[in-house]
Amino acid sequence: MALEPFTTHTGVGVPLRRSNVDTDQIIPAVYLKRVTKTGFEDGLFAAWRNDESFVLNQEPFRAGSVLVAGPDFGTGSSREHAVWALKDYGFRVVLSSRFADIFRGNSGKQGLLAGQMAQDDVELLWKLLENEPGAQVTVDLEARTATCGTSVFSFQVDDYTRWRLMEGLDDIGLTLRHEDAIDAFEAERPSWKPKTLPVLS
Amino acid sequence: MGRTLAEKVWDAHVVRQGAAGEPDLLYIDLHLIHEVTSPQAFDGLREAGRPVRRPDLTIATEDHNIPTVDIDKPIADLVSRTQVDTLRRNAAEFGVRIHSLGDLDQGIVHVVGPQTGLTQPGMTVVCGDSHTSTHGAFGALAFGIGTSEVEHVLATQTLPLAPFKTMAITVDGELPEGTTSKDIILAVIAKIGTGGGQGYVLEYRGEAIRALSMESRLTVCNMSIEAGARAGMIAPDEKTFAYIQDKPHAPKGAEWDAAVEWWSTLKTDDDAVFDAEVVISAADLEPFVTWGTNPGQGVPLSASVPDPEQMADAGERAAAERSLEYMGLAAGTPMREIAVDTVFIGSCTNGRIEDLRIAADVLKGRRVADGVRLMVVPGSVRVRLQAVEEGLDQVFLDAGGEWRGAGCSMCLGMNPDQLTVGERAASTSNRNFEGRQGKGGRTHLVSVPVAAATAVRGTLSSPADLAPAAQPALV
Repeated sequence: MALEPFTTHTGVGVPLRRSNVDTDQIIPAVYLKRVTKTGFEDGLFAAWRNDESFVLNQEPFRAGSVLVAGPDFGTGSSREHAVWALKDYGFRVVLSSRFADIFRGNSGKQGLLAGQMAQDDVELLWKLLENEPGAQVTVDLEARTATCGTSVFSFQVDDYTRWRLMEGLDDIGLTLRHEDAIDAFEAERPSWKPKTLPVLS
Repeated sequence: MGRTLAEKVWDAHVVRQGAAGEPDLLYIDLHLIHEVTSPQAFDGLREAGRPVRRPDLTIATEDHNIPTVDIDKPIADLVSRTQVDTLRRNAAEFGVRIHSLGDLDQGIVHVVGPQTGLTQPGMTVVCGDSHTSTHGAFGALAFGIGTSEVEHVLATQTLPLAPFKTMAITVDGELPEGTTSKDIILAVIAKIGTGGGQGYVLEYRGEAIRALSMESRLTVCNMSIEAGARAGMIAPDEKTFAYIQDKPHAPKGAEWDAAVEWWSTLKTDDDAVFDAEVVISAADLEPFVTWGTNPGQGVPLSASVPDPEQMADAGERAAAERSLEYMGLAAGTPMREIAVDTVFIGSCTNGRIEDLRIAADVLKGRRVADGVRLMVVPGSVRVRLQAVEEGLDQVFLDAGGEWRGAGCSMCLGMNPDQLTVGERAASTSNRNFEGRQGKGGRTHLVSVPVAAATAVRGTLSSPADLAPAAQPALV
């Protein structure tokens, strides 16, 4: 299904001063039993949200939509539910100095922008957001910049993901434009490649 | 210039080369499905009116949230039951073969692929589960995907993929007595960190890797993702071919010969260049255990809990302080003095027959320490039956352990097999994240022999720490 095109987004920035935020922290396994694709916001950071001092329990941050996290965000399990939970809660952008590969891929498929920026810039942005809780961050995907007050930070996102996000394109539709190439490849596959159908043993 | 193993497998699956900046479109040889990450993908197909393109390259099993006791009764947890029922309905509707609870081939998806012979060298294998890297032990390019990608593979049998970098992990020399492939991979992760492999496919090489059995190699590749790498591979060799040969889905006759001929070319050329290289000396390894809340926070069993104060990097120090607080540990405590409540032996990392044999070897003639719970969960129904045939189940029961049905179980605590708040476990699984094995639970990742010895002594231990086992009485 086509996604809503992403050009710019402005919203409250949330400083998450943690590294190695694995997807078990983003949404614990007990929340993964649902068969729907929405309604995962209650599972977002579920264990940490029991702690009153957790940043999303602080008033201006509660309404955040731009998450600024430490290195190695989204490690561990491949669960796309982590992206759904962030989006269902209201996040449109995650900025971090390093993302796990699978999480980054999942984000791109769901229209959640995962922008990679230097750790020094992450630290500066944390300070800005902590000094002025509720400060807005404007993320411009075309320019690949995040602006907070008068500070402008650049972030990286690969050209292909950026194009797809800006166009709101559906991956499966794009691939099916090349169905002839898939047919041709299948015609050449060795016959001994295994099939999952029952075999006599 | 020569090509690496990973590049050769990639090259053999390019359906369409991407233009500049565009990903390549890769063909997928095998797609493994389970109940947790597939329902929304099937919904997507239904909404778009798309069929599964190749049900004959797709296989489903139930593993993540199913119970490991009373499997002949309806699943008590209604939400879990709905998810499993949904998988069964989707499999029936879209014509996908499924190994349900009670089926002889049911089990953890990454145990089922290799044991049925569906996982073979040079294949591309995907699953909505990050431990798909396991299958790389056969020289397959195997990696975990998200639910959108599951839908993409169901619809097209391909995936658009951006190129990766390659990293050689060379493990030279011989493993000392008492150490296992689990200790190799825990040491690798401690060395390169949980982000060290991001963007890379790892290739494990060297004398110590060649010397490992197929099942031990699966353990190494399984945890590649814990170092941040989507995939980890080992070049196939005679051991690989021998392991596959008698499996139900192995090629037969002339097809076997054709397959082996191609498989034999699947190794990194001598003049190929890796983007990064890491060398580890096997002789320096000893049993490895984790002390923190990510798999990179590990030390040798003979060491003590590290002191965050001694860490130079501020981020690492802050993370270590958080980890120790969560784990309820004080810096400087010898690892061997840490007492556990539970020992879990199982998972896609260490739930195969070889693992159960090693565990039984340690537990034979011994008893689990008072107050310690030992849970042994085979990785598949076939592993369970093989263990029963060899009498291993009786060893576990005689030692005072629990012997369960097959599944993911306490590795991720989606079913009722969970730790409670503050409960401490030695676990042969792959993740010690906060709350991974149950809310508030504390996990130490260990090898199978360390898990079994820990069950006996009640504190983190290796078999070398145990008093001699009781001998059977003479009659």
